[in-house]
Amino acid sequence: MLKNALAGAAFAVSALVCSTAFAQTIGFSQVGSEGDWRPAFSANMQESAKDYGIDLKFANAQGKQEEQLRAVRAFIAQGVDAIIIAPVVVTGWDQVLQEAKEAEIPIFLVDRDVEVKDPSLYVTRISADFNLEGKLAGAWLAAESKGTCKIVELQGTTGSAPAIERKKGFEAVIGQFPAMEIVATQSGDFTTEGGKKVMEAFIKSTNNLDGICASFAHNDNMQLGAIQAMKEAGLKPGKDVLMVSVDYVPAIVEALKAGEANASVELRSAVGKFIYPVILDYLKSPQELPKWIVIPSDLHTAN
Amino acid sequence: MSDRGTLNRIIALRHNRAVWPLLALALILIVDGFISPNFFDIRIVEGRLFGNLIDILYRAVPAALIALGMAVVIGTKGIDLSVGSIIAICGAVIAWRIQAGDPHLLILFYALVAGAVCGVWNGFLVAGLGIQPIIATLVLMVAGRGIGLLINLFYGGTNPSFESELLQGLSTGNIWLIPTRLFVALGLFLALWALIRRTALGLFIEAVGGNAAASNLAGVNSRLVTFFAYVICGVMAAAAGVIMTADTHTSDPVSVAMYSELDAILAVVIGGASLAGGRVFLGMTVIGALVIQALTTSILISGLPPEYNLVIKALVVMAVLFLQSDNARSAISRLIPGGSR
Amino acid sequence: MTTSMTASPRVEMLGVSKSFPGVRALDSVDLTLHPGEVHALLGENGAGKSTLIKILTGALECDRGDIRLEGRPVSFRTTGEAQASGISTVYQEVNLIPAMSVTKNLTLERTGGRLGFVSWRRAREQAREKLQRLKLDINIEQSVGSYSVAIQQLVAIARALDDDTKVLVLDEPTASLDAQETETLFGIIRDLKARGIAVVFITHFLDQVYEISDRISVLRNGSLVATKPTSELPPQDLVAMMIGRELGDVEAAFTKSERKAPGAEKVVARNLGKKRMLEPFDLVLRAGEVVGLAGLLGSGRTETAKLIFGAIRHDSGSLSVRGTEIRGNSPRRALDAGIAFCPEDRKTEGLVGELSIRENIVLTMQAKGGWLRRIPHRDQERLADEMIKALAIATPDAEKPVGQLSGGNQQKVVLARALASKPEVLLLDEPTRGIDVGAHAEIIVLIRALCDEGLALLVASSELDEIVAASDRVAVLRDRQKIGELSGEAINHENIIRMIAGGGADHE
Repeated sequence: MLKNALAGAAFAVSALVCSTAFAQTIGFSQVGSEGDWRPAFSANMQESAKDYGIDLKFANAQGKQEEQLRAVRAFIAQGVDAIIIAPVVVTGWDQVLQEAKEAEIPIFLVDRDVEVKDPSLYVTRISADFNLEGKLAGAWLAAESKGTCKIVELQGTTGSAPAIERKKGFEAVIGQFPAMEIVATQSGDFTTEGGKKVMEAFIKSTNNLDGICASFAHNDNMQLGAIQAMKEAGLKPGKDVLMVSVDYVPAIVEALKAGEANASVELRSAVGKFIYPVILDYLKSPQELPKWIVIPSDLHTAN
Repeated sequence: MSDRGTLNRIIALRHNRAVWPLLALALILIVDGFISPNFFDIRIVEGRLFGNLIDILYRAVPAALIALGMAVVIGTKGIDLSVGSIIAICGAVIAWRIQAGDPHLLILFYALVAGAVCGVWNGFLVAGLGIQPIIATLVLMVAGRGIGLLINLFYGGTNPSFESELLQGLSTGNIWLIPTRLFVALGLFLALWALIRRTALGLFIEAVGGNAAASNLAGVNSRLVTFFAYVICGVMAAAAGVIMTADTHTSDPVSVAMYSELDAILAVVIGGASLAGGRVFLGMTVIGALVIQALTTSILISGLPPEYNLVIKALVVMAVLFLQSDNARSAISRLIPGGSR
Repeated sequence: MTTSMTASPRVEMLGVSKSFPGVRALDSVDLTLHPGEVHALLGENGAGKSTLIKILTGALECDRGDIRLEGRPVSFRTTGEAQASGISTVYQEVNLIPAMSVTKNLTLERTGGRLGFVSWRRAREQAREKLQRLKLDINIEQSVGSYSVAIQQLVAIARALDDDTKVLVLDEPTASLDAQETETLFGIIRDLKARGIAVVFITHFLDQVYEISDRISVLRNGSLVATKPTSELPPQDLVAMMIGRELGDVEAAFTKSERKAPGAEKVVARNLGKKRMLEPFDLVLRAGEVVGLAGLLGSGRTETAKLIFGAIRHDSGSLSVRGTEIRGNSPRRALDAGIAFCPEDRKTEGLVGELSIRENIVLTMQAKGGWLRRIPHRDQERLADEMIKALAIATPDAEKPVGQLSGGNQQKVVLARALASKPEVLLLDEPTRGIDVGAHAEIIVLIRALCDEGLALLVASSELDEIVAASDRVAVLRDRQKIGELSGEAINHENIIRMIAGGGADHE
């Protein structure tokens, strides 16, 4: 995770520059700056804070929980109005959240979840639903294939939360259709390289994807690798095989335009507009909120 | 009588270091043949050879290039943990310069220079400052992917994907039905072999790895030799980086070539070299890389749930190393009556 | 507590044979060890001493033959098994871990803690107990590496010994000890003997054999020549048994022939020195002349040679080779200037054990030629074969890894490498260390022959005999300082010893 330290530092510096006197001061402890999505998420949180008149104190934990605990304690010491945490890991939060509660600072979770003994230690979690993303992809595919489809699946990193939940959501939907089944599934580790390797093997083991109607990838990067592998094998992704994935990164937008991909579920990075209103409303009039507020997911197709 | 001669020849083969890795490779392929009946089919698709065997060769190329550089470094009793990061940096450099519009031949050169510079840095830490190799190369291993990200940030590459006829031609193209990268790999292998074996560099590397103090007293400049080994490793990693980056058409410093240093070290060890240094086996290192890739490919086509992948890989690798261990072998021949000399 | 020779034997090895690929190491050898005897095991390089010992101590298994311990047939598959039965070994190269404390080294094996835990209090008690047996009073918390080689040797012996040790094998224990330390060791050996332990003593110092041993067994070319009581075997007969030829040859080598006048000055050192290592000294090496470096262990012999070779950078004075001053001296520059060096410690500084004899021999030539101009394989082979023949290196072929050769043959490979670089000046540091009598004489003869060919030689040695026999001129060192030179008729034991002892030095 240290490898992101330099990049993370760049963000931290820019965050400090834009903090001036605003009505509400909110601390945000971010996981780090890995991948494409998280830096975009951080940038959006900082940008849209200005729109809401929020003084956002941004701290990059560089993937380390101890860094994150230190940041949260610093926010408590500064007496911010609220704290947003994108947790690095799910456990080990009871103590620091108790400290925040005693200081009467409300905690909001974004992105990942935490496990605490006392759920009242945080107000709510505002995030997208990986399971829902899988369901959306499954529903689109069911509609598009009219409920008859043999699917190859490119899983994310084995055991990771998005991989588990997207698979569950997807399977929950296609389980309703007896003629839909996953005939091959392998982990591509969320990378283009991994997606390409796995698809190459699928092409060989299924005799050029004979009878396969769709490829479901847990993220766009793997799907982009799969598209390359299919093109190199003389197949036409998007036409011979339906291509559906999750994330909606810029490169998949290009692929959708080119007709090489068919659908991508957006994992929003522009989520400030969903998160800040909830927090500001709560600060104005504190009240019991549901423990999870889901940020809606959109499915994009070529047109 | 001739039976006995053949038997003796087979028994003598046990002591040939090439036998066990080749046997492992053959076994993996035979098992694949049972898993997937058309495993050995080779067809022509889109003007190129197409099939699992081609895939194994094709996919083994970057791993073999990294492992060859690693073999040289390990020969000096060193290790280079930073090869994955060097690949990340090369990828970022390629994407950056393509966006900047440089001629692609020049970009190829830049990428190799980037690898050489990384090698110079490692060589400086190890040979110049005398830092232990595992620590010295850990520095770049940790920092390298960050440097790659910074380069991506530097030109604002939110979508660092690119198209390049030259680079993709080298990586995914083909000449007379055969993937171009196999020619690239063969060329680099021969070049490295010539550099190591047609000059005295190989002797110096093995002498320094075997006993640096004695080599110094024999007049070998052991620091320079060590330094040079890291530069070679950097350039080989960069060549692998060009192929991997062009393969995916994108620079992905965070996850490209993740754990490739471990596979490279494994390939060198399967190839029969000792981490204690003193020997460089280039040909056997390539066999080692093929064993690992054959294993990876067969796991992918096996249809086993991905949860099993790493465990199976570990078990097979353990079995290969077990077969290579002299202690294990003599224990086995003691168990089999008549098997001992 | 018996020292009687008539008691039943401790160990009997009967008809022991062992072959390695291409070499018959032992051919039906018998060896009997009685309780309370010191049994000297002698033989030239490759005679089979090490192989026999390794079989006795379980490091190797024999192809044929029987081993009986106190009448019971035994077959050890590991050194641990042998040790558990009471057979312990101390090897020539001390097998201790220098960075670890004495306590830890002593309790590395047989840490008898419950559940595998080590009780350090108990370990310390055991360590003190073990050292007490040897009457050795040292700080057991200090690292082994901080003690002298002699002390390390004693610690290694202490580790090997315990209450039920029946046989103790000492493989060249005195190789790196000075006279007084050797005496201490002998005191300990006599003590062990009195306790009824059978001691196998391997050495190449004949005077020590006569001082300490009760019986002598001589091996030659893998066969037992004879086992005799020491009192019945005069030294001349012993040497003849060992090398299988008339002693006359050996004596001739030690006898000085008419010497030609030395030739041109090859190396001139003026005020050469290094702080905290060696006081500045003057030394001239001439063509066709052997200069001996005499002095006690630690007097600066090795350092003198290394300063001239550039393996240690000097910080005062100057060094010229053939009239040209060498600045920023390094082994590489020294080699280019025609100086070659054979280090004392073959294992750590001399050879690359993994590489073949051929590769070790060509290494220096190749380093001088540069990495681009590789010596063709055929030339390498020819050179290696020539050297193997010229120096009589015992090996089936030139491709054998050097690490598998015996000590004397390894030393010859180091010498071969130096000679292959066609030097004009040759620096030899302990050229006969760990080599037995036959090879010893061969090397002295070789040194003289090289000298007659016009080489300038510097021979550093701890053995006075060697210095006296080989040198035309002797530089004497004491306490890291050159204290004088002797030449011609003045070179004899008495003069050198008097100078080292600090009596009126015969300066010339």
